[in-house]
Amino acid sequence: MTAAAVTTRRPAWRPGALAWRLVRGLAHRLLPLAVLIAAWEVATRVAESPFFPPPSDIVPRMRDMWFAGPASHLFFSGGARDSMAPSLARMTVALVLSAVVGIVLGLALGRSERALAYLEPVLQFARVIPPPTLVPVFVALMHLGTQMQITSIVFGAVWPILLNTADGARSVDATQMQTAEAFRLSGPQRIRYLIIPSALPKIFAGLRLALSLSLILMVFSELLPGTADGLGFELTNAQSQSDMLTIWAVIVLLGVLGYLFNTILLAVERRVLSWHRGARKANS
Amino acid sequence: MERPQTEKAKEMLQITGLTHSYADGHRAIDGLDLTVPDGQLLSIVGPSGCGKSTLLRCIAGLLRPTSGTLTLNGAPINGVPDDLAVVFQDYSRSLFPWLTVRDNVALPLRRRGMSRKERRAAAQEALASVGLPDAGRKYPWQLSGGMQQRVSIARALAYRPSLLLMDEPFGSVDAQTREDLEDLVLQVHRTQKITILLVTHDIDESVYVGDRVVVLNRSPARVHADLPVGLPSGRDQIETRGLPQFVQLRAEVGRLVRGGAKVPGAAPASGGRG
Ligand SMILES: Nc1ncnc2c1ncn2[C@@H]1O[C@H](COP(=O)(O)OP(=O)(O)O)[C@@H](O)[C@H]1O
Ligand SMILES: [Mg+2]
Repeated sequence: MTAAAVTTRRPAWRPGALAWRLVRGLAHRLLPLAVLIAAWEVATRVAESPFFPPPSDIVPRMRDMWFAGPASHLFFSGGARDSMAPSLARMTVALVLSAVVGIVLGLALGRSERALAYLEPVLQFARVIPPPTLVPVFVALMHLGTQMQITSIVFGAVWPILLNTADGARSVDATQMQTAEAFRLSGPQRIRYLIIPSALPKIFAGLRLALSLSLILMVFSELLPGTADGLGFELTNAQSQSDMLTIWAVIVLLGVLGYLFNTILLAVERRVLSWHRGARKANS
Repeated sequence: MERPQTEKAKEMLQITGLTHSYADGHRAIDGLDLTVPDGQLLSIVGPSGCGKSTLLRCIAGLLRPTSGTLTLNGAPINGVPDDLAVVFQDYSRSLFPWLTVRDNVALPLRRRGMSRKERRAAAQEALASVGLPDAGRKYPWQLSGGMQQRVSIARALAYRPSLLLMDEPFGSVDAQTREDLEDLVLQVHRTQKITILLVTHDIDESVYVGDRVVVLNRSPARVHADLPVGLPSGRDQIETRGLPQFVQLRAEVGRLVRGGAKVPGAAPASGGRG
């Protein structure tokens, strides 16, 4: 019923081609990044501030913390298991939940004018509340821990998916809708073959927003007292010991992860929405 | 003329006193009567904005009439009839750009309880019958406008309707393509023996393609004139259009479309009325 149902109808999925695309995309962006890192290295070496360690110190620390494991574990160490894995698990579960809830509710809202008219003000209101402000509410409602953390992420990340999906589902082309009606497609067939594909470009826009939001909220929810693992916990832990190098290692890792996820999502989007780009090009 | 409607043919579509007003109060059709016998290729011609699309949408069950009755094969039309297909003018928005040509054609067949293999075979056959045997794996937007309209005709044919509605199907293609598509419709009508209602604002086209031409009034629509087309059924773009009969008929239809009165002496639609 979700995007996956539609993607299976695309030409065969080739993981090799996708990986190659990823590598090529990364290489393209690597040059300016290399320049930036070099400048950073020089500046921090010159300044010699204890608060700004040079990258050449940060990277070994990152390796020691997370990537000193055996090759059989893809070099992930026990540290990665204790901090990276729980964080990523929370984020993934929350993101999947947000996508499922957001897409299902968004489709329902987008196709029901009355429901949307009633709920739109409420939704817009809920959306503009800065998500972190809700975290204390969840802390009060639930025990500290994974459940609270996932709830916090979902409540921040679900809105862009939901509102974008509703928007996309609402703006299905009138001629296409009439076509579906004239050929008597059933309700589920309309959802699967018309409404979801029509809304897919918007759904992806929502997913991209949700991805960056969930990364932020993942860290934020782990900064709270009572957390025992995760990257956010590692951050507070390092802060209490004034361990600037670890703090920077976590920051850089978060940046790399965010970049990586976004690149993966973009590659998937490019693949799933190839028809969209083609059709747009053909019509212009 | 070996067309069956000259004999006492079965009536396929019967419209009596059809009136349709839109929600804003605009009356698009006012008391329209029309009977279409089985197997006929009927051209409906009228100036743009006169209510042609509204009429087709009422027949297709996409719009509910404000008053009047429509029956298809004896059964009143409530909702979209099962054995009716529509070809819209706007092919680029009627086809789904995320599906391949073959999947576009095969999609409506899911309602027919056919297996995946049967659907594909039917789609392939329909595509071949409109001259696109090799386009199945392409996407609609990779085809020219004329080819896209062929695909939507193939989609309608694969559906095996007894009544095919076409709403200004060739309004947005170039002249050469238009002629090819007109001949395709004639060929489809000849080989598949389905009843076709073709709406157009093109006077030449209405005469060239039709067994019979119905001229609608300026808005709100009513039947202004109903003329049989006595042209030989093996039609040819150059030969047929050169026939004195054709020239005379298109002049007459042109006069009627511009609001001219029916000539009292002219015979009523002997071939059309059931
Ligand atoms: N949804 C609508 N609401 C109100 N008026 C409409 C609507 N659709 C069409 N009309 C009006 O009804 C008349 C007939 O429209 P239409 O059937 O599309 O004409 P045609 O197909 O002959 O060009 C026009 O005057 C048009 O403006
Ligand atoms: Mg029209």
